[in-house]
Amino acid sequence: MSELPLRAQLASVLGRSAAGLSRATGRGDGSVIGGKIALKVEPDLLAKLARGRRLALVSATNGKTTTTRLISQALRDLGEVATNEHGANMPTGHITALSNNRSAVNGVLEVDEKYLPQVLVATQPEFVVLMNLSRDQMDRASEINLLAKRWRIALGKSNTRVIANADDPLVAWAGLGAPHATWVSAGQRWKEDSWCCPECGGHLRREQDPYWACPECGLSRPQTTWSVDNDSDVLVTPEGQRIKLRLNLPGDANRSNAAIAAATAAGYGLHPERTVERLREITSVAGRYTSVVTMGVEVRLLLSKNPAGWLESFAVLDPPATPVILSVNAQIPDGKDTSWLWDVDYRVLRDRRVFVMGERRTDLALRLETDGVRFETADRVDEVLAKLKAEQPGLTKVDLIANYTAFQQIRTAYGRVQ
Amino acid sequence: MTNTSALRIVWIYPDLLSTYGDRGNVLILQRRAELRGIATEIVHVHSSDAVPEQGDIYLLGGGEDRPQILAAERLRADGGLIRAAARGACVFAVCAGYQIIGENYGDDEANPLPGLGILDIRSGRGQSRAVGEIVADVDPALGVGRITGFENHQGRTEIGPSARPLSTTVRGIGNDDRTEGAYQGQVLGTYLHGPALPRNPQLADLLLRWRVGQLAPLPPAWGERLHEERLAAALS
Ligand SMILES: [Zn+2]
Repeated sequence: MSELPLRAQLASVLGRSAAGLSRATGRGDGSVIGGKIALKVEPDLLAKLARGRRLALVSATNGKTTTTRLISQALRDLGEVATNEHGANMPTGHITALSNNRSAVNGVLEVDEKYLPQVLVATQPEFVVLMNLSRDQMDRASEINLLAKRWRIALGKSNTRVIANADDPLVAWAGLGAPHATWVSAGQRWKEDSWCCPECGGHLRREQDPYWACPECGLSRPQTTWSVDNDSDVLVTPEGQRIKLRLNLPGDANRSNAAIAAATAAGYGLHPERTVERLREITSVAGRYTSVVTMGVEVRLLLSKNPAGWLESFAVLDPPATPVILSVNAQIPDGKDTSWLWDVDYRVLRDRRVFVMGERRTDLALRLETDGVRFETADRVDEVLAKLKAEQPGLTKVDLIANYTAFQQIRTAYGRVQ
Repeated sequence: MTNTSALRIVWIYPDLLSTYGDRGNVLILQRRAELRGIATEIVHVHSSDAVPEQGDIYLLGGGEDRPQILAAERLRADGGLIRAAARGACVFAVCAGYQIIGENYGDDEANPLPGLGILDIRSGRGQSRAVGEIVADVDPALGVGRITGFENHQGRTEIGPSARPLSTTVRGIGNDDRTEGAYQGQVLGTYLHGPALPRNPQLADLLLRWRVGQLAPLPPAWGERLHEERLAAALS
């Protein structure tokens, strides 16, 4: 990539030194600020930096950071990989990721749902990887039907291969716009945003999960070649090979992410058996699923930003004897509107010890009261642990589910772990 | 399964009109009725089902542009909700639901589309999107006091002579920067989206009172606390 025009090189260097500065001054990981400066100097930089590479763009409401990490881990078998693993998923972050690794032929970029069409045009990726679309921070995010439509149109004008979850009707409908597709049956736990046909609005027939079909216009789930068998923890390949997953990330959602990652890695020529071995090496992604040990108690951190995410977190909670802390804020990155709390069904917490924290704990308290879940309120994690330890000195584990800024506050207070 | 003595709460089209937290309104009505010993029956009506005409309280939630248009078309063709309202049933509609129970509303290119005509309002699109916490004082005739919620809409609504504004805005945009929501008989609509009733227990009680008459008071709980907290936060 040494033949970049001078201006582009300059921009790229500028971007990198600003990123270095931001890292050195401790103001962040540098991935956003670096690219922001670069974009001002050279708007086509992203296109230039992408040229000659084999890129995969990864987008979804949930799991895009994890899946990006999984795919890039698999691709490392082929050499260096350019990737935005710190989650800076807008064009500025993509420029930083690509300019930080000029020699990598392969790249995996996490892309914000809204930016996917423009990043697709700029980077001409070989693959676009799509997992799910559901309601998320609606005070600032786009309507998801509109997003799906924009994806579909952008894919229709591209020459990319889509690797997508056929079990999510909105995602499948968007992916059907692409000229080539690999369909994965990756499952869909949260269905509240896809009861209606994306094509005509008819009420979908979905009696037999994961199949869906529209009785009015005939749109139906595409035939899949890859799938996950959650009950037996197995990935099924297009050849019918059954590969035991045994991931170190918990839950069905991560099995889905792994299946999508394996299908993408296969597009790069990697054998799924080898891919799955590589995927097992990942034990946490940007602090998610890791534990902090404080006051002798292991606190497992689960990040959940929207109703679909909370549903997935509930599914990986420890058995009911393990207490759970829920923490909710409503700052700009979280969305200022807490209405989504009412879309989550909390009744699964009825037989647990539950604590509520965060700036919007009163919203959460009313929500739990309405679902008949008993709870206590608290200001801090150590306050909860002190209380629990006084009652049960042998306590060793607590689960904690938090939304974005609540999660970051707890990570900062109890150590940035990796 | 129909219990003739139970309060029938009908949730209209949760598959089309349930964008963000609309379930909360169903849950709070049910809870505040049952805490007073009033039995409830909850009916979910999908967009492919006929709307039952013998409900007590009909709830309509928010929706994106396309689902809103589909819901309006289907409800007009079905006619059940229009007949229930004519019979005097209570209708509580939020956001996109509020707009479609009116005479007409605007699509994403501001073309007027026909609504159900059970509330004398007309809605179009404003220049800017109204997003944020809203506070408003409800018409004193309703005995509800000050309400608070979150609004997230592009709509602007004009109120005709047969309806009355629900409230006067203290903070936020609502219908037109001056008033928020509208009511006519027991048909009530608002831009307070999602869980408007959980955040305003006294508004939930108004709907219940319309159906069952005088209500026993409930001891203040988390709902009242949340109401106070959000009011204080929005006005600080
Ligand atoms: Zn259809």
